[in-house]
Amino acid sequence: MRTEIRVNGVDHAVDVDTRTSLLDFLREQLDLKGSKKGCDHGQCGACTVLVNGVRINACLSLAVMHDGDEVTTIEGLASGEALHPLQQAFLTEDAFQCGYCTPGQICSAVGLMAEIAAGQPSEATADLNAKVVLTDAEIRERMSGNLCRCSAYPQILAAVRRAAGAAA
Amino acid sequence: MSTVRDWAAPNPITENRSGLIGKPVDRYEGRLKVTGTAPYAFEVETPSAPLYGHIVSATIARGRIAGIDLSQAASAPGVVLVWSHLNVPVQAQRGAKLNPRSQRGSNPALGSDRVEHYGQSVAFILADTPENARAAEARIRITYEASDADLDFGSFIDSAGPVPGEEDARIGDFEAGYSASAVTVDATWFSPLQNHAQMEPCATTAWWEGDKVVVHTSIQMVKGGQHALAETLGIPSDRVRLLTRYIGGGFGGKGQSYDDLTLAALAARESGRPVRVAYTRRQMFQATVHRPAVQMRVRLGADGTGRLNAMALEAVTHCARNSTFVEHAAEFARNLYAAPHRLTGHRLVRLDIPHAGAMRAPGEAPGMLSLECAMDELADRLGMDPIALRIRNEPEVDPDNAKPFSIRQLVRCMQEGAQQFGWDRRNPTPGAVRDGRWYVGMGMATAIRGNFLLPAKAGLRLTGDGLATLTQGMTDIGTGTYTILAQITGETLGLPLDQVRVELGDSDMPPAPGSGGQFGAATAGSAAFETGMVMRRRLAELATSDPRSPLYGEDPLLMDFANGNIVLGNRSESLATLASRAGPEGVYVEGSISPAADARDWSQHTYGAQFAEVGVDSVTGEVRLRRMFGVFAAGRILNAKLAKSQITGGMIWGVGAALTESNAVDPRYGSFLHQDLGGYLAPVHADIVNLDAVLLDEADDKANPMGIKGVGELGICGSGAAIANAVYNACGVRLRDYPLTPDKVLAALEAKGL
Ligand code: FES
Ligand code: FES
Repeated sequence: MRTEIRVNGVDHAVDVDTRTSLLDFLREQLDLKGSKKGCDHGQCGACTVLVNGVRINACLSLAVMHDGDEVTTIEGLASGEALHPLQQAFLTEDAFQCGYCTPGQICSAVGLMAEIAAGQPSEATADLNAKVVLTDAEIRERMSGNLCRCSAYPQILAAVRRAAGAAA
Repeated sequence: MSTVRDWAAPNPITENRSGLIGKPVDRYEGRLKVTGTAPYAFEVETPSAPLYGHIVSATIARGRIAGIDLSQAASAPGVVLVWSHLNVPVQAQRGAKLNPRSQRGSNPALGSDRVEHYGQSVAFILADTPENARAAEARIRITYEASDADLDFGSFIDSAGPVPGEEDARIGDFEAGYSASAVTVDATWFSPLQNHAQMEPCATTAWWEGDKVVVHTSIQMVKGGQHALAETLGIPSDRVRLLTRYIGGGFGGKGQSYDDLTLAALAARESGRPVRVAYTRRQMFQATVHRPAVQMRVRLGADGTGRLNAMALEAVTHCARNSTFVEHAAEFARNLYAAPHRLTGHRLVRLDIPHAGAMRAPGEAPGMLSLECAMDELADRLGMDPIALRIRNEPEVDPDNAKPFSIRQLVRCMQEGAQQFGWDRRNPTPGAVRDGRWYVGMGMATAIRGNFLLPAKAGLRLTGDGLATLTQGMTDIGTGTYTILAQITGETLGLPLDQVRVELGDSDMPPAPGSGGQFGAATAGSAAFETGMVMRRRLAELATSDPRSPLYGEDPLLMDFANGNIVLGNRSESLATLASRAGPEGVYVEGSISPAADARDWSQHTYGAQFAEVGVDSVTGEVRLRRMFGVFAAGRILNAKLAKSQITGGMIWGVGAALTESNAVDPRYGSFLHQDLGGYLAPVHADIVNLDAVLLDEADDKANPMGIKGVGELGICGSGAAIANAVYNACGVRLRDYPLTPDKVLAALEAKGL
């Protein structure tokens, strides 16, 4: 099915198998293999990408559903040699080991920052009437859809905090 | 053969003049990982467009394939070929070895009509796209003739047999010592079947170059995988080039190759195209190994002052019917506490379920969940502090074999941990601390894990651009191998890190045993160090024997290496100049390490102390970690940042083992109850709060020339026991059936009238 999709700032107009997940489309057809396949059914977050600025699991979504959408993957975050602040923070805080969950973690954290900026509450938000602030509890809660079997959670927390501090 | 005395002289690593050793530098390959450009096995670039393989798995526990119809699948859109046992290309018989020196024998896929466990491969589809390959599975018709299968560990525990070739370890007279003890503990723990759940499912990309196959696969051991594939295909191993550069987690589960490797290589040969094959997440659970369940009975006997008189740990575990793997859950207990009368041993049940295998700290991980809680119970019974009890039983020599310790800082770990954690704030009376609806408690446990050095080689090339490139058939499974090898090479040659390259994971490179058993850093690192020393000697000879060098005619033994130069007094020459004079290829050397002849004259381990504070929800029975802290002693630390990541990662595995992780066999099919990450509950971010660790200053001069040891598995040891002990301190409930899930906690609270 004919699908027009913008990925990391590049327009693609392609015929896509209706069965192809957004994840397989990115990895196998656009050769953007940074988004990882950890489970292929929405339980690990390794495939997290941003669609129109919102984080989603690319494995749970069909490519043809994204006609007209703008997708950002891990490959689209750095500008040239300069890493995105979250990428740099992950590196500095050693927020990964094997690195397989990492692109998903970083995309997820980018989405998280946008949610906080937009004032969207979460399960961990204490006061729904106050301004949403990026507490450790918010980070832990909102990053819990991204499994890290290497268990770099303390370092991921530190990285998100570091990047948030840099952005603030 | 060398002895540990040969390692005693100061060397560039122990002197650490440029300070690279221990420095918390960023991960060598980190930039690739945070930009998503590190190619894992399924993702490597292929010489032409690839085909996609899909494995079809058996749905019975035991029996045979009575009939299989592939014709509908073969004519499905995009399908290139379909195989079952009836038409798969010839492979060598299971276990066969053409070359007697192969580390692994043949590992054929789809080898016969026999099904030995649920999830075993029974068919394979190759197609132009992943969608077409997967869709064709629905067109395959299989009928099975099922046989009776032994699936339930619990019902065979009482009839478990001895482990072939193994005897119980007995010292003194346990029974007499135990019955003569004033205070005793006799209790049984159960640690369930667990899965590795590495984030990257096993995968292979393969293609052929003439009569040689190139495979990129996700595996922890380069040589084992290369040899297994060569033997399976019946070709010499130099016709298999196996690469494994980036691995999305291993934890022991990728210590061997699986059918994705075999089938990708065969399919690439048959189709003449590159082939990618990956297991699905569901398949991973049963097609790869798991940690088996273990039942552990611990008996402790002590006098009134807490001195242990008798200690027994008897473990019963399971493995697949034709397997030899044993989870040695009792072994660590031999080296931990003094007691004159000792008994440890293992019993085995054979089941018709997928293969058990090594998973992070095999043995210690489940084993310490029993003994370290039994010690807590004994302390409670004696009215003693758990740390004081352990210090009272601190041995002077290894209690198993009377060997001296190379170094043992266990007591220091406990004392420093207690201080930094605030152990003195623990109320020893269970159930005494409340925070709203939460019972709050603290617990501790020790950690012990063996240290090993295996033979390994490395290659090192210095080129005219001043770059040193270390090559080794070693792996980095997230453990930091790339980084520490760069640090070792830089420090040995006096080169800044930006002039050091590390290339790993290629069977064409000098071999190393791979990542496993916490031996990777010491083994691969020591080989890199020795290779660096060979390079120093070669460069010194080159400089002092060449009239064009300012160092000509000097004694090569007096040369120093610093800041990219070879130096004597105020004269120096850059390594780049030396290398370019040597020729266009620069200078290449190889070096190796092997265990010292007398290394095992010392008892060598890594140690730690784990502290946990938990809350137990009085309403729901949920246990939540509140904070966790560990102090560890594991030799010289090569990179403070990466070592700590390894340790905290291990501690978090212990949290999972204590609170959430468990799988069970479905008695109807021999499948696992949980076949996805929504059912198999590894810790998620919200489960982990305030968790930190400290590594003590240490150098173990009996371990290897650098005095380093491993950190990859130590963190999980004792971690779960500290949590279980904290649960008891919080609410007074002893639960010995892991994981401590809300249903069990709630039932125990109710039984206590809470
Ligand atoms: S691969 Fe998409 S959530 Fe796991
Ligand atoms: S870094 Fe390995 S799974 Fe997160």
